[in-house]
Amino acid sequence: MAIRCVASRKTLAGLKETSSRLIGFRGIQTFTLPDLPYDYGALEPAISGEIMQIHHQKHHQTYVTNYNNALEQLDQAVSKGGTSAVVKLQSAIKFNGGGHVNHSIFWKNLAPVKEGGGEPPKGSLGSAIDTHFGSLEGLVKKMSAEGAAVQGSGWVWLGLDKELKKLVVDTTANQDPLVTKGGSLVPLVGIDVWEHAYYLQYKNVRPEYLKNVWKVINWKYASEIYEKECN
Amino acid sequence: MYCKKIMIVQTIRRTATCTTQLNYQKAEPSIKLKTHTDSTGVCSPHLSLQLELQSQSMAASTAVTANYVLKPPPYALDALEPHMSKQTLEFHWGKHHRAYVDNLKKQVLGTELEGKPLDHIINKTYNNGDLLPAFNNAAQAWNHEFFWESMKPNGGGKPSGELLALLERDFTSYEKFYEEFNAAAATQFGAGWAWLAYANDKLKVVKTPNAVNPLVLGSFPLLTIDVWEHAYYLDFQNRRPDYIKTFMNNLVSWEAVSARLEAAKTASSSSA
Repeated sequence: MAIRCVASRKTLAGLKETSSRLIGFRGIQTFTLPDLPYDYGALEPAISGEIMQIHHQKHHQTYVTNYNNALEQLDQAVSKGGTSAVVKLQSAIKFNGGGHVNHSIFWKNLAPVKEGGGEPPKGSLGSAIDTHFGSLEGLVKKMSAEGAAVQGSGWVWLGLDKELKKLVVDTTANQDPLVTKGGSLVPLVGIDVWEHAYYLQYKNVRPEYLKNVWKVINWKYASEIYEKECN
Repeated sequence: MYCKKIMIVQTIRRTATCTTQLNYQKAEPSIKLKTHTDSTGVCSPHLSLQLELQSQSMAASTAVTANYVLKPPPYALDALEPHMSKQTLEFHWGKHHRAYVDNLKKQVLGTELEGKPLDHIINKTYNNGDLLPAFNNAAQAWNHEFFWESMKPNGGGKPSGELLALLERDFTSYEKFYEEFNAAAATQFGAGWAWLAYANDKLKVVKTPNAVNPLVLGSFPLLTIDVWEHAYYLDFQNRRPDYIKTFMNNLVSWEAVSARLEAAKTASSSSA
């Protein structure tokens, strides 16, 4: 598998020279862009290599960079006790942190056809889907319809409600992670319906993107998560 | 190669727009019959037939036509190149904007909104922030028409006259306004718009999500930039800041903004 040149930053956050500053140092973690487990072009023709490269190297990287910046600013605001500053940073953290979380899941939700992309789920997830949605086709239809109906930017999700022990389909706006729709929701499959996820290839025809993306959905990963959460 | 279609070109002199309504006051209607071809031998859609608009505007010059027409931009689809490509206009106007208009017509058919002016539908369906289904299509139809008219070929640069004076008054300098407008457009998370708006005798920069516009927030829109990704993705991909700069430096129609400001001031003082 080719090694992609991926920008990664491993910097110690906030560490400055003076020892007096170390007293307040909290050692916040810095996040980095995760590698894709496949080549940019490996999901073609469902998703073009051009889109995958820009989506990963530009969009996701920007979320990571801005998330790190926001965390650094948050750290400083918290140490100074500036409540207004802390509150003001929440939207940047939600947006960029959410973007990082969501995209990290998304890359795992996709797989090249020759690595199982598009293969229907078997095992307990497969049965659960049939139980809750009648069939995989039923689930796909529902998610595609809800994904197409998202106004503006957002995501459509298949999630597991851990508490109620049932599968749910839901959407989130912008980069809100699924957990913002319910604390017990675990994302199994997320599909990015921001225009940047499909525009260069599908232009305004989001339903066409949603029709084709299922050919590269990695149900193996979704099953792993499902089985882990159910035990 | 000549275009075989005969296009009826209607010249309507557009007066300054009122905030909540687009006024098309006809001065001297001139109907021209002409054959049209552009440099590639293709019929430009911006000269398409608009007879229903003519009959509507003859009747009353106030309310926006209830027919929710997909009005073409006031320039050819390739006229904004190289700053905004023909391909972008073809998709953005020809597909996105068209879909908002077509879907709005379908959506209001058989409902109490059918036949109502566009601004009425926008305000009704905004519903104080608890959006009703038709809001997205209605507001987006309005926003896009306003957006095309906010631009012109060889636009951009600095405004002059009273508009410049007010920008300097309310932002301390044109450069500060430029910065603030840029920042608003760049930091609108997700889909949305950035605006220059007028309210209470003051200019301000506003950013809105998705389809929301200053009309429903109680101010007069003067200028807008579309920052939905479809507005810039073909030309700039993820580089929204570059798109915003290009818009400000090369596309803004300050004439349109000035005319809207005049209308806003008139409307303000008459209701004061």
